[in-house]
Amino acid sequence: MLGRLTIDALPLYSWVAMGGAGVTVLGGLAVVALLTWFRAWGYFWNEWFTSVDHKRIGIMYIVLAMIMLVRGFVDALMMRAQQAIALNDGGYLPPGHFDQVFSSHGTIMIFFMAMPFLTGLINIVVPQQIGARDVAFPFLNSLSFWLTAAGAGLILISLVIGKFSTAGWTGYPPYSGISSSPGVGVDYWLWSVLISGVGSTLTGINFMVTIIKRRAPGLILMRMPLFTWTALCVSILMAFAFPALTVVAALLGLDRIFAMHFFTNADGGNMMNYANLLWIWGHPEVYILILPAFGIYSEVVATFSRKRVFGYHSLVYATAVIAILSFTVWLHHFFTMGASANVNAVFGIATMIIAVPTGVKVFDWLFTMYRGRITFHPAMLWTLGFIVTFVIGGVTGVLLAIPPVDYLMHNTTFLVAHFHNMLIPGALFGFFAGVQYWFPKAFGFRLDEKWGVRAFWCWISGFYLAFMPLYLLGMMGMPRRMERYDIAEWQPYLIVAALGALMVLLGIACMAIQFYVSVQRRESLRDGTGDPWDGRTLEWMTASPPAPYNFAVVPTVDDIDAFQVMKERGTAYRRPDHYLPITMPKNSMIGIMMGAFSFVFGFAMIWHIWWLAVVCGLIMMGAVIARCCNDDAEYTISAEEVAAIENRRYAAMPGVAS
Amino acid sequence: MTMHTAGAHAEHGEDIYGERAFGFWIYLMTDAIIFALLFATYIVMLPGTAGGPGPDTLFSLPRAAGETALLLVSSMTFGFATLSMLAGKRGAVLGWLAVTFVLGLGFIAMEISEFTGMIAMDAGPDRSGFLSSFFALVGTHGLHVSMGMLWIVVLAAQVMTKGLTAPVKSRLFRLGLFWHFLDIVWVGIFSIVYLPGVM
Repeated sequence: MLGRLTIDALPLYSWVAMGGAGVTVLGGLAVVALLTWFRAWGYFWNEWFTSVDHKRIGIMYIVLAMIMLVRGFVDALMMRAQQAIALNDGGYLPPGHFDQVFSSHGTIMIFFMAMPFLTGLINIVVPQQIGARDVAFPFLNSLSFWLTAAGAGLILISLVIGKFSTAGWTGYPPYSGISSSPGVGVDYWLWSVLISGVGSTLTGINFMVTIIKRRAPGLILMRMPLFTWTALCVSILMAFAFPALTVVAALLGLDRIFAMHFFTNADGGNMMNYANLLWIWGHPEVYILILPAFGIYSEVVATFSRKRVFGYHSLVYATAVIAILSFTVWLHHFFTMGASANVNAVFGIATMIIAVPTGVKVFDWLFTMYRGRITFHPAMLWTLGFIVTFVIGGVTGVLLAIPPVDYLMHNTTFLVAHFHNMLIPGALFGFFAGVQYWFPKAFGFRLDEKWGVRAFWCWISGFYLAFMPLYLLGMMGMPRRMERYDIAEWQPYLIVAALGALMVLLGIACMAIQFYVSVQRRESLRDGTGDPWDGRTLEWMTASPPAPYNFAVVPTVDDIDAFQVMKERGTAYRRPDHYLPITMPKNSMIGIMMGAFSFVFGFAMIWHIWWLAVVCGLIMMGAVIARCCNDDAEYTISAEEVAAIENRRYAAMPGVAS
Repeated sequence: MTMHTAGAHAEHGEDIYGERAFGFWIYLMTDAIIFALLFATYIVMLPGTAGGPGPDTLFSLPRAAGETALLLVSSMTFGFATLSMLAGKRGAVLGWLAVTFVLGLGFIAMEISEFTGMIAMDAGPDRSGFLSSFFALVGTHGLHVSMGMLWIVVLAAQVMTKGLTAPVKSRLFRLGLFWHFLDIVWVGIFSIVYLPGVM
């Protein structure tokens, strides 16, 4: 009846595990209690959970990312604490538990922190940057979000019921196969990745169509804001890379459930095929994470230098070249597989070539600042911190691209330091810059800058303290993922790294305080103009927060930095004689319903509760059919209503003569 | 959707059916990648028979030819359904959809008999890496055909209840893309799996 699920699935095996389960359960209960106490269920259901508005969905993505950031960061703290004390000693985490912690840390940070974060920012910003009223497929957008949330839910529940994978975030067989990992851990990993991966594929399709088909008149490709350009390239990567993840996870699942032999040690299995399939997705994924941040830096650096970005065309081409090359380097993740020297050389050289367009971008950002009037807003600080730090990570990446060097460094903490040095400044700092930059657009008031600056300095110093020692440790030969060790020379560096993690914790605390303080002081931080930074691109033309339809009149574009040009010509806030009715998509509960049932479906597959999986599958199929038969998915906002909303906006706008 | 809202879209240069068709083309490309990787996996795993039966003993050319004929003809009959749709002949659309469905059903029946026959002679997907990759590739295609048949039923019901309205026509158009796409994938399966296996 309940498959493999028994009372033994509760984490009664250690106090640490019970603590994690307790925090997860209490956190969930607290949210439910708060929503009930404030009688907010109806509001959240009608205005948020069933919403198909890209801005609302974007905010929900980012809230999910923030929750998962905290969860993933707790994992990081636990690992740093363990390694700081585990010299000739078991520390406080037994090996199986430590392995779960590093597996969930990687899985969460890639799939459920970084992915929702960038998808959220793209959702909020891109339709506004291209002068659109929503994405091409608003319902699909809601579905993508809820599938991602379902995957995240499975990861969270794995802390309470059963154990998570110990096979690392890449889940390499044969260890992740059923004979070595018979428990539910790998299945938790598998199904959360599969379900959220489908969501990412759909997001990619959605934004490709949106950006290609829904641009405002005159917004030709070579006038698109750079964040939209990176979003377009990322959408293409998502749509064409994520199917590989779907395939590899599905095949591993077939191995595990039906005793097939794709990746097994015997019976004709080929586990290196797994490494190939995984990284055919996995390397483009690196650029899926990094390119949107590059786009954000391009926007921020231009706005806060008060200049058009230097080398717009070169930035566009560099973005496109990086996107294409990202499909040609996957083998560098396993040079040690034993491919011939020539194969390794080809992939090594292709890897080094990516440094060229990336270098172009760095110089473009530097030249944008040159002779600019720079404002050291927190968004700009994140950008500057990124440029300096990312170059270090890039240099170590070129080192690792040399196959003989990689043979020495493979699986050491040097690699760990390298990819954190790429992804933290290259992705996360960018998303933080994006939050500082676009928060007023989403909520109508700015964030407190003092706490933003403090968060930045804590994060960046914490980053250097935490990861520079790992480079040295890697060169001293320390393998990654060590639960204990017996080399005394390593320990001082690991203690410094742990202190660095504590600095990052302070940074996260500063961010939490920043949100709290800003909400408290929102009246004094209010922005009535919709354009708090003297922005250059179309998203600053809308109200903050924008009306449901973003633009009452779709703007016409005839240059790069369209809004800046309009302001210079004095046409930015010109109002039409009359407004027209606007057709918008209706809310739908099918998205959240599909998410909920895919969560239960995943849970049933993990625990081998087959009947429940079949029931959920049938319900989801029925929901898709019902949606497909719905010809009434839109409503019309009347011209009078549009006029009323716009009048309110212009009445509240200080200092703008209309 | 009424003509009024369709007009409101056109006013802002949005062509929702065009967008949906474009999105569906991209979806088909993502699906093509899934098949491409399954093809690659099949080719990589060809030697992995683990002492079990290989392509030369398992595949029968007459059966593969029969499956091919059914699927190719069904693509043609779906084409006739599309032509009838453009001509606004509701009854003919339903008739051709029914013929397509029956041909698809024949294809699936042949595939199931092939699979069960193989499993009965101890050549199931758990026998060897080669057989795992065969069942995954051909089975994924068969699953797609089954979903396509379900969708034929759903859209036939829509044609019956709603008539050939603009949204129903756009859905039929996309189902047609899907059905022809599966035909192309089958041509790949026939040429890469069955033909080299028996020659």
